[in-house]
Amino acid sequence: MAKVIVVTSGKGGVGKTTSSAAIGTGLAIKGFKTVIIDFDIGLRNLDLIMGCERRVVYDFVNVIKGEATLNQALIKDKRTPNLSILPASQTRDKDALNKEGVQKVLDDLAEAGFEYIVCDSPAGIETGAIMALYFADEAIVTTNPEVSSVRDSDRILGMLASKSQRAEQGKEPVKEHLLLTRYNPERVTRGDMLSVEDVLDILAIPLLGVIPESPAVLKASNSGSPVILDTESDAGLAYGDAVDRLIGEKVEFRFIEEEKKSLLRRLFGG
Amino acid sequence: MPEQEIEFKGTNFTLSVIRIEKNDLTLLDSQLKNKIAQAPQFFKCAPVVADISEIETFFDFTALKQIIENNNFVLVGICGHTSPEQKTAAQDAGLAIVNKGSAQQNKRTEIQKPQPEAQTPVETTVIENTPTKIIKGQIRSGQQIYAKNTDLIIMGSVGNGAEVIADGNIHVYGTIRGRAIAGASGQHESKIFCQNLQAELVSIAGVYMLSEQLTEHANLPQCIQVEDQKIVFNPLN
Repeated sequence: MAKVIVVTSGKGGVGKTTSSAAIGTGLAIKGFKTVIIDFDIGLRNLDLIMGCERRVVYDFVNVIKGEATLNQALIKDKRTPNLSILPASQTRDKDALNKEGVQKVLDDLAEAGFEYIVCDSPAGIETGAIMALYFADEAIVTTNPEVSSVRDSDRILGMLASKSQRAEQGKEPVKEHLLLTRYNPERVTRGDMLSVEDVLDILAIPLLGVIPESPAVLKASNSGSPVILDTESDAGLAYGDAVDRLIGEKVEFRFIEEEKKSLLRRLFGG
Repeated sequence: MPEQEIEFKGTNFTLSVIRIEKNDLTLLDSQLKNKIAQAPQFFKCAPVVADISEIETFFDFTALKQIIENNNFVLVGICGHTSPEQKTAAQDAGLAIVNKGSAQQNKRTEIQKPQPEAQTPVETTVIENTPTKIIKGQIRSGQQIYAKNTDLIIMGSVGNGAEVIADGNIHVYGTIRGRAIAGASGQHESKIFCQNLQAELVSIAGVYMLSEQLTEHANLPQCIQVEDQKIVFNPLN
């Protein structure tokens, strides 16, 4: 059974695509046959983050409209075996998606043996976002530690509980995970950022991971390589932990506490 | 595991009452037939209670039961002020003695009493309580919950930008961060209870207060009510 995971947030710019790329890649590294679908029709980004923008021939909308086969549109990742990308169309808009079409593509992907289908949702709560979350079994709600992002995540959690297929058919609800991104423990201590506890208190869903704010994320995006591959960076390691937790392993949280600078480093300004 | 015992529960039902004015069963039979002719489907197998308040003499309950059943009604029992002899006779005939409900219903029947057609079955409407609306889990931003004609219980928190509305009281076993509107149809006695108040707005019967006015009562378990057109806070501990 393929597992459909939506990466969503409501608010834009919080790290949905970065997280989709990192988590999708992480699952593939673990040996699961994984596909990441870009649902952001008209604002295609995933291909850039994954570094496969030069290889896009056909896209998700072409497959839905029957203009291309799934195999023609799927891009196999060059770095990670087991990983494929289904890019969004840049020339259409969100109305090009419909439930029947999306359902067919998801069914075909499951039949092709994909174990994880990661849906990278567009921002907002309109058609595009609803299409991305409608068929989800699990949801990774990406949130920044600030009030507007938390409120938008709350809104999208409400959508998951009412607008998803699982909700409509009265099945077991979508399994929700909180992924806190751009977390900066020093700013939390100074009081200008919400803490993990604050966000958990408001959203009341299980915590999947805390990704520290890191220059490695921007660097990774610009070089078209998912940050999880950068095992030197704290962000990369934190995504690795999140993937472990997603597949059911117990991993301690790190990068939540402020790093204590040693006496020597303080003296020499390290 | 022990076998489950039979459960007895009290519930209200709406029954038609046939008021019997005269101790004349032939008359009753023809009157019933007339009634049925007007709406045969409506009366078919309708459960009825016979009111025998007006009958003081000996009454043949077995014959009454027969006549009513012949006319396709189901006689549930008898009601009205009855003598002990009549009660025994009714019970011997296999009929239950039914007591009328609250004073409110008696009032209703009294109002309808002056109507000339005494044989009309008098509808005793039993007002049922609307069950309290109970929601388990968080109320998310953008969600709106309305408990019409009743209380609302939320077993979770109410998020920023969410709205919980009730015609009765509101209980939140969590934090209110959104809006809580109790007594939405003007019930001044309604209250809002919560474990932690951080609301954007609280309103009872149209009297409201915004978050900036709530600050000194915030972050506490509260019982909120209206006194003299003003919102009053009573911390719960």
